Amino acid sequence: MIPIPAISAANHDFKRGIQAGLSIAIGYLPIAFTYGLLAKSSGLSLLETVGMSIIVFAGASQYIALSMIAAGTGAFEIIITAFIMNIRHLLMSASLNEKMEEDTKWRKAVYGFLITDETFSVAATRTERKLASSFMLGLGLTAYGSWVINSGIGYLIGAGLPETIQAGMAVALYAMFIGLLVPSAKKSSKVILLAGTAALLNSLFSLYEPLSGGWGIILSTIISAAGIEFLMKEEAHGN
Amino acid sequence: METNLLWMIAGMGVVTYLPRVLPLIALDTAIIPQKWQSILKNVPFAILGALIFPGILHINEGSMWYGIVGAGIALLSSWLNWNIILVVLSSVLAVSLFSFLGL
Repeated sequence: MIPIPAISAANHDFKRGIQAGLSIAIGYLPIAFTYGLLAKSSGLSLLETVGMSIIVFAGASQYIALSMIAAGTGAFEIIITAFIMNIRHLLMSASLNEKMEEDTKWRKAVYGFLITDETFSVAATRTERKLASSFMLGLGLTAYGSWVINSGIGYLIGAGLPETIQAGMAVALYAMFIGLLVPSAKKSSKVILLAGTAALLNSLFSLYEPLSGGWGIILSTIISAAGIEFLMKEEAHGN
Repeated sequence: METNLLWMIAGMGVVTYLPRVLPLIALDTAIIPQKWQSILKNVPFAILGALIFPGILHINEGSMWYGIVGAGIALLSSWLNWNIILVVLSSVLAVSLFSFLGL
């Protein structure tokens, strides 16, 4: 993008954030669309469907809520499940805190709402040393907009995308995660070790029912991030 | 809107929002020990690994090959330093084609 002196730095960061969020917006499209579709078949109204996307903004928990509503599960159990699913955001938020510029608590409280697996991954793998709050806001709002709008469209259209396109779009977010990881992995073998260890652990955990879903990701991330830091320190001392 | 469902959505909103925002507003990076900061800086790469596997292998209920094809194209295109949007689109296209051909 060509920098235009007239626009403020914050405005510029916001626009770069929007640009960085486009791949997430594409990736969210089929998932939000399908969520809207399932919500309709679960008997939710349009307002409830879009309202959940606006207020919760968490794909996996919204899907699980739908299946639990359909199974007649109580609200309390659904809320607890959503909590367990999203505890991993504690890790992301703490990690992102290291990378964000200093800012007032209320501004942090605003962009903090926009943290998802995807917005976090895009922000955390940026090469800048510090990220501007307005960048995070532009990034998050682009993802949020796609999530909310496509939930509504999915509900209204009420029919799935063609099967081949659906099959293809299911890979979108994973492809994005790979695209975010590879540039760093090319530069650092530690990155490969961190991702590889967590991937292996999570694959193992996923075989054990209580750890599939939320907890498996948290555990494998903590063990990999802390374990490799510890081992590399030992090695450095040994040398 | 059904009242019970409204409360459920509000409750989900609260328990989802708190973990997102508490560390951001409560942690002071200046007083976190160096070792913890290093671990937190490892988190993005570890979490990406855990987010990709084993999830990508299950994008199609019938066959793991959908995920493997998608992963292969994403790996290749990002290795060639393609823009992230192109990485996503080429992988989506490859898996769509794979599905279309009924392989």
